[in-house]
Amino acid sequence: MALNSEIIEQWQRSSVLLIGGSAGSFKIIFRMVKSFPHDLNKTVIIVMHRKKNFFSEIEKLFAENSRMLLVEISDKEEIRGNAIYIAPPNYHSLIEANGHFSLDVSDAVWYSKPSIDVTFESAADVYKDKCTAILLSGANQDGAEGLLQLRNAGSLTIAQSPEDAEMADMPKAAINLNAAKYVLTSTDIFSLIQSNT
Amino acid sequence: MGTTSKETLSSGEILEIIDIVKRIHGFDFGDYTKASLKRRMERIVMLKKISFYDLKHMLVNSTDFFQEFLEEITVNVTEMFRDPAYYKALNSQVLPYLSTYQHVKVWCAGCSSGEEAYSLAILLNEANLSQRSFIYGTDINTEVLKEARKGIYSLRKIKSYAENYTMTGLPGSITDHFTIMYDAAAVHSELKQNTLFSVHNLISDTVFNEFQMITCRNVFIYFETELQERILDLFYRSLCPLGYLCLGNKETIRSDAFRKKFKAINQKENIYQKIGS
Repeated sequence: MALNSEIIEQWQRSSVLLIGGSAGSFKIIFRMVKSFPHDLNKTVIIVMHRKKNFFSEIEKLFAENSRMLLVEISDKEEIRGNAIYIAPPNYHSLIEANGHFSLDVSDAVWYSKPSIDVTFESAADVYKDKCTAILLSGANQDGAEGLLQLRNAGSLTIAQSPEDAEMADMPKAAINLNAAKYVLTSTDIFSLIQSNT
Repeated sequence: MGTTSKETLSSGEILEIIDIVKRIHGFDFGDYTKASLKRRMERIVMLKKISFYDLKHMLVNSTDFFQEFLEEITVNVTEMFRDPAYYKALNSQVLPYLSTYQHVKVWCAGCSSGEEAYSLAILLNEANLSQRSFIYGTDINTEVLKEARKGIYSLRKIKSYAENYTMTGLPGSITDHFTIMYDAAAVHSELKQNTLFSVHNLISDTVFNEFQMITCRNVFIYFETELQERILDLFYRSLCPLGYLCLGNKETIRSDAFRKKFKAINQKENIYQKIGS
């Protein structure tokens, strides 16, 4: 499927962009972070599977290459309008209706903490049709159920096309659940997020 | 669109459950963060294969069910030596000061099944402080406290903490502190003898002792800001002058009033020291 005016229009109406990725998603997420203009005027929330205790330089690398404010989520962090948030390792990140993040250390979901499902499901309750969610490459099925709840709540839901993804399982699981309203290649995903300006 | 397999509860239904639990069982979840609470409640409904109405009915009529509910609602996931950098910081920045006290009393608030309290016991023991220290572990959940008192964990679980342990820089390996019996690992008795586990509800109970250090890690994440501040006040009153407060890795003191009462001595690990009188 290619981009059409309906997708672009709902993207432009969205105040929030959710990005979920696992194995094989790092490069594309990094490219997205680099490509966002300083005045995207959306909240970007990134949930990437990562190993605990592995003090990665991801935040630093992302922050240095981003034109937007980039923060790792901490407890009761206020969700601002023009900023990028990254879910920390070994916690689930949830969206509260009062405009804050909250964290949770309960069991891993699909062996993952942070879990994409947990963030997406809580976002579905709060953002409804004001949200675009993209599920990228990954080797498990985290994110599919969350993407479905977002779709049912009226969000624009997109899965990276499995042929295009380094690891097809995650977008495939979402497609099988009928959670993705659109299935796009990474090229189209980039065109979409750049159609803002 | 697909149909979701998950049962969802509305915010009105969540509030109804909170109200029933408060009126009938005396536990107040009103100031818990809502998204997390919702997720826990939906999980119970899913695991038990019951409806919202069944849930209400069972909460009203069954004490046994309430105990189960409490265990599910309060997150009891914990690790030994979670965040190794925190234990390293305790070792280098806090223990040298604690060692100047004749007696070191530590309160591990929200101790769950005891993993964190025993991690502290090991740390204090390695610093030759165990003879003069005592660790109080408290939680609202009586079932997890039973686990904590036993101090027996599955060997598989203890081995999963081996990487954490090594990263703290403590000598030897984590299993050195346990007696291994087949697939179970029991905390060494000299570590256990300086611990006491008892029920304490941070929301409704009060000061019960004076401490040199309080650790309360990954508990505040489940509380709304106002409740956090009420508990910060309880901690402030429970600490000796210049006593230490250790919060979780992502739990910063945000309130201006309490930033004046607690000085951050390690901003990254959220280790604070009580200042003022």
